[in-house]
Amino acid sequence: MTELVFFTNQVIISGLVLGCIYALGAIGITLIFGILRFAHFAHSELMTGGAFIAFLLASAFAAWGIVTPIPTGFVVLPIAMVLAAILALGIDKGFYAPLRKRGAKPVTLLIASIGVTLMIQGLIRLFFGAGSYSFFETEPKEVFRFDLASIGSTRPLVITEPQVLMILVTFVSVLALHFFLTRSRLGKAMRAMADNADLAQVSGINTALVVRVTWIIAGALGCMAGTMLALDVTLKPDLAFNIILPIFAAAIVGGLGQAYGAIAGGLLIGFAETLAVFNWTMVLRPLNAILPDWMQLPPTLALVPTEYKLTVAFVILVVTLLVRPTGIFKGASS
Amino acid sequence: MIQRSLTLFGGLFVLILLMGWVMGLPFTSSRLVEAAAYALIALGLNIQWGYGGLFNFGIMGFLMVGGAAVTFISFPVNPVFWAGEGPAMLGKALLAFAVGALIVLAARKSDRIGITGKWKTALTVLAWFIGYCLYRSQIDPAAAYIESAAGGGWIGGLGGHPVLGWLFGGVLAAGIAYIVGKICLGLRTDYLAIATIGISEIIRALIKNMDWLTRGTLTVSPIPWPTPLPQAFQASGMDGSTALLAARSGYLLLAVIVLAIVMWLISRAYAGPWGRMMRAIRDNHIAATSMGKNVTARQLEIFVFGSVLMGIGGAMLVSFVQIFDPSSYQPINHTFLIWVMVIVGGAGNNWGALFGAILLWLIWVISEPLSKAVFDFVSTWSTQFGWGAIPEIEARSAQMRVFVLGLVITIALRFAPRGLIPEVVKRER
Repeated sequence: MTELVFFTNQVIISGLVLGCIYALGAIGITLIFGILRFAHFAHSELMTGGAFIAFLLASAFAAWGIVTPIPTGFVVLPIAMVLAAILALGIDKGFYAPLRKRGAKPVTLLIASIGVTLMIQGLIRLFFGAGSYSFFETEPKEVFRFDLASIGSTRPLVITEPQVLMILVTFVSVLALHFFLTRSRLGKAMRAMADNADLAQVSGINTALVVRVTWIIAGALGCMAGTMLALDVTLKPDLAFNIILPIFAAAIVGGLGQAYGAIAGGLLIGFAETLAVFNWTMVLRPLNAILPDWMQLPPTLALVPTEYKLTVAFVILVVTLLVRPTGIFKGASS
Repeated sequence: MIQRSLTLFGGLFVLILLMGWVMGLPFTSSRLVEAAAYALIALGLNIQWGYGGLFNFGIMGFLMVGGAAVTFISFPVNPVFWAGEGPAMLGKALLAFAVGALIVLAARKSDRIGITGKWKTALTVLAWFIGYCLYRSQIDPAAAYIESAAGGGWIGGLGGHPVLGWLFGGVLAAGIAYIVGKICLGLRTDYLAIATIGISEIIRALIKNMDWLTRGTLTVSPIPWPTPLPQAFQASGMDGSTALLAARSGYLLLAVIVLAIVMWLISRAYAGPWGRMMRAIRDNHIAATSMGKNVTARQLEIFVFGSVLMGIGGAMLVSFVQIFDPSSYQPINHTFLIWVMVIVGGAGNNWGALFGAILLWLIWVISEPLSKAVFDFVSTWSTQFGWGAIPEIEARSAQMRVFVLGLVITIALRFAPRGLIPEVVKRER
């Protein structure tokens, strides 16, 4: 049983946490691609920016002496999401809308999004330096340890409070997004526009409103993903810039333009990364007792060495692009 | 048009003179050498994007390949490695790689013996897995042995001339570009951009972690120069700063000669039928196909040509700074910067790309001291008003480069989307 608990700790929990973050980021990217038809690289900066907004709010809460039962990062999350959505709208208004009005090609918008990435990252580094911050400087990070001796495990099942909340919050927001996209008028309009923008416009859908809603959702979910990542590890200016490609991988694996695909892709990439670097000897060790001497398992038996963890996502990305560029859920293909 | 280019280049010249006056000659001379190398890289991207319309966002990967190549060719030989069992073990790993490749190839041809559909897919995946395990079983002990003291730490270099290393950088980049192009060029715009970024990240991870081959994060230095080093001039009786300048002028001269040859070659290619065909493919590949042009092969060709220049440029940069440090490569400094150079300069125009490369490199290097000066000024001013000084000016001004780069590209896209020296579209009536 010890091995099973170890597997749960190392693969299931960390894979799920990573997958949730990737999925939330990928939803924004996939929605923007579906509606506006360009790969939005600055999404990483929406995530990092959102995380820094949440961090500032949490610090303000701590300074005012407000003590909350759950980590402050989660309490301030709704406010931070609203602010991040406003930020996303502002970026669109300031940088992308003028280019769209001029009828620029998607390629130009992609390059513009890289410019936005550089500017926001420069600003964040200007104000916060290159160091790292933690949400848990004034409050403890609670760790739950479930003692599983009763079922014969010598190791406890370990999960931190932010991780539990993170999985719950992701689940709730994905459910909310699902109902928004399938039940509300606006959500249906969004899906219609993602399918065929011209047809949606002639059938009387307010495309400008749909574009605004897309940015609001993308900004809010990006902020959520960034804050959660910062809560799980530490907050630094290149927090999301380093994982933007795995997020793109998630969006592409799920099929660009498909919101559900992004969720599936995010979880898939998250689990693939943790499974690929997982040391199988830890689980298969009992086999050593029955295997002959010359077949004993080596001390590490992982598919790839740990330093290549992020590379797994890139390999999946490239392979998906080559074998099935439309992704699992048959997304848009340009 | 010509007048505009002359004015812009004249302005650039004045900027360089000003920089030499304010920042000092040693600083300016080394920035100019780097600018020449970046100009070569920007010309490479200009071929790919400006001539061919290919969206290569994996420049960093090709620069790293060029750097690793020049390290391998020009660094002195490592006798410990060659005396040990390292070469034999590497040979075995190579053999395992070849066997693995054969297995994969055989699985892909399995439809010849009647295995088709899902079974073939399963067989191919299994073959990849077996090949990978086979290779890992040989390379892991070899890498561990070479990285130990007995194996010499890493394989070392070959002790060749650095210019040979530059050429090898080009050849190696061409080889990798061929593979990358072969598998990726079927993708269009956004997808190609993401795929090439992914591949460049894979290349970075490999070069960074294959310590036996590249020494990884331990870095390799000092890498020899193709021209005499300052120390050589000093030995012949010059004083320190003159020797430095003389050595750098020598390097700059070599870099400018390479740049001039490349510029001449690609300008001729641009004006010739080949360049016309490339522009036809870029502007409308469907029409070009219907005129009987082999679009896929042509795009692969141009992707390889551009990557050769990137490889050579990357090699020049590494041998100039004399250190190969894989962890110093960042997408911002080595991919996005080049893109901004080409877009601001003018995609499709070689003089534009050249201008953009030099201008952006100068902006990139002077934005740090400039913003430090601005911060210092504001800081003294705010101290006088009693608001206190700006904290950590040094660290903050170092980060301003990224912001300035973003600002430049945003302004350029908004007000000069075709670049400062745009492509000349000839219309024949």
